[in-house]
Amino acid sequence: MRPKTMFEKIWEAHVVHEELGKPSLIYIDRHLVHEVTSPQAFEGLRLAGRKVRRPDLTFATMDHNVPTTRRFLPIEDPISAQQMGTLSRNCKEFGITLFDLNSPLQGIVHVIGPELGITQPGMTLVCGDSHTSTHGAFGTLAFGVGTSEVEHVLATQCLLQDRPKTFLIQVNGKRPYGVEAKDIILSIIGQIGTGGGAGSVIEYAGDTIRELSMEERMTVCNMSIEGGARAGMIAPDKKTFAYLKGRQYSPVDFERAVETWKELASDSGAHFDRTLNIDAASLAPQVTWGTNPGQVVPVDSRVPSPVDFSDPNARKSAERALEYMALKAGTPITDIPIERVFIGSCTNSRVEDLRRVAQFIKGKHVSPKVYAMVVPGSQQVKRTAEKEGLDHLFREAGFDWRESGCSMCLGMNPDILKPGERCASTSNRNFEGRQGKGGRTHLVSPLMAAAAAIEGHFVDVRQYKLN
Amino acid sequence: MKPFTKLRGIVTLLDLPDVDTDQIIPKQFLKRIERTGFGQFLFYDWRFVDRNQLNPNFEMNQSRYRGAEILVTRSNFGCGSSREHAPWALLDYGFKSIVAPSFADIFYNNCFKNGMLPVQLMEEQVEEIFRRVRRTPGFQLHVDLERKRISSDDGLDFSFEVDEFRRYCLLNGLDDIGLTLEHEGKIRQYETRRSEASER
Repeated sequence: MRPKTMFEKIWEAHVVHEELGKPSLIYIDRHLVHEVTSPQAFEGLRLAGRKVRRPDLTFATMDHNVPTTRRFLPIEDPISAQQMGTLSRNCKEFGITLFDLNSPLQGIVHVIGPELGITQPGMTLVCGDSHTSTHGAFGTLAFGVGTSEVEHVLATQCLLQDRPKTFLIQVNGKRPYGVEAKDIILSIIGQIGTGGGAGSVIEYAGDTIRELSMEERMTVCNMSIEGGARAGMIAPDKKTFAYLKGRQYSPVDFERAVETWKELASDSGAHFDRTLNIDAASLAPQVTWGTNPGQVVPVDSRVPSPVDFSDPNARKSAERALEYMALKAGTPITDIPIERVFIGSCTNSRVEDLRRVAQFIKGKHVSPKVYAMVVPGSQQVKRTAEKEGLDHLFREAGFDWRESGCSMCLGMNPDILKPGERCASTSNRNFEGRQGKGGRTHLVSPLMAAAAAIEGHFVDVRQYKLN
Repeated sequence: MKPFTKLRGIVTLLDLPDVDTDQIIPKQFLKRIERTGFGQFLFYDWRFVDRNQLNPNFEMNQSRYRGAEILVTRSNFGCGSSREHAPWALLDYGFKSIVAPSFADIFYNNCFKNGMLPVQLMEEQVEEIFRRVRRTPGFQLHVDLERKRISSDDGLDFSFEVDEFRRYCLLNGLDDIGLTLEHEGKIRQYETRRSEASER
């Protein structure tokens, strides 16, 4: 039989109907819902007199708008409160499980899906959120959709999709100390550009990827969309199975599920439309200098000059980015001062991220020039961290310790940058105004963010250890 | 959904690549629970100096572009967040078609779901439109989805590609959900097959 990629196996197992010249009708196994991209979809159902076809396959949470302080108080922003209230009413009306603001299982949708075992290998999973690519870390075909498609899945449990192309990215070699999963994905985006993965599903493979923990794999898959890809995936293995064992929504007959999951990996000799090889040993910690995630350089280099770019659009984009970021070409990255630090988001807010940072900052203190906050990805992450005493380490070192949510990754809640403030952020987007109008975002790994918090400017964490 | 067949409209320009959906509609305006009313916030951080004052340096704000229905821009338009609020804001502001050398996948898809036509042309063709628009105040384009052509009174005439199924849906204003529900039997069969397999 012709060797198949993991993507092909999952895709073919989910085709409900196919017709020449039309997109395929694909079955969706899990649908995650949050408060921002769903109200209009539920309203659409009501107007058409339709029901949610499979409420049992649909799970909702509140994450984008939620305050990260004093949860016991009423929400201050009445419009945010209305949006959350609307989700509660919709879930009740249509019979959907909701992890609301006060649920002990609440958290960022892409943190709780895996954490609860809702995300499983071989499934198709969608959510009205571009970072749905995160779930691909489990060998799940997971992608973000718009609100019309949210409505489509609610009504039919299916989606009309054109078959995407396949893109294999092999990462091999030993990662040097201080080079994190975040640095791998940032450097990939730097190479392929923000539109480089358009129309494709990426499969990440190679020794370095196999070595990554499940949480690190989620960090890599999470930012696939930042390279323009529809989805990112990693073949499930022993680590995947161990992670999922015993989770609340994991399969009852777990051993039998594992047997089928073992069949998912791409066959040897399977054809990919495109391939790229990355040498992990040559990577350095990465820092974005511009206003898209592809505008990134190693920490030991300098802010580039627009003349370095031969493509006129890239040059124009660099000029504009430098102006917005108030950076001068040629400035060493380690000379850039930082005023705010955000450790959190669906990219880097899981307990391993927090453990690594807590270990790193032990006995050190946040610079007096910096305000730094840690926002755990979920209530479960928060409780685990607190059980291990990480919250004390953070507080002692001068970090603010918050409740779970999307927070300052996109600043829909009160956590935002002031105009002109410069932030080292473990999130995924450095777009103009993303963290607050006029705010300047540099994307980095959790270790790099922690080091910047302590020193008040970027530092090369590889050397920091030696000192 | 309203059908899209032909459009003749004034063209406005946004001369930037990689315009993300955070720019198209910033997050502070995503809290509405309706599909309408987003146009006033379109490109908010670029279009306004403050709440009441338009930014005179933002090209789209020039009076010559008033009433524009076609937006011509650069590559990778609509990247980033999947928010459908982006096409809602563009539509509500008055745009019915967006022309660019390339679009981000989710945004491209979202446009069709709302009766708005994204047209992908070659880089040089977009450049040529930029030149003509800047030279001629009130420059108009004709977008013809039936013939898959985009043209102007001064002789410009480009053909463009669009997926046949999407074209058909847009021309007829068809709702995807309605089409999918025609396959209800197949969906049920699929579900039965799957649940039997898992019980075996």
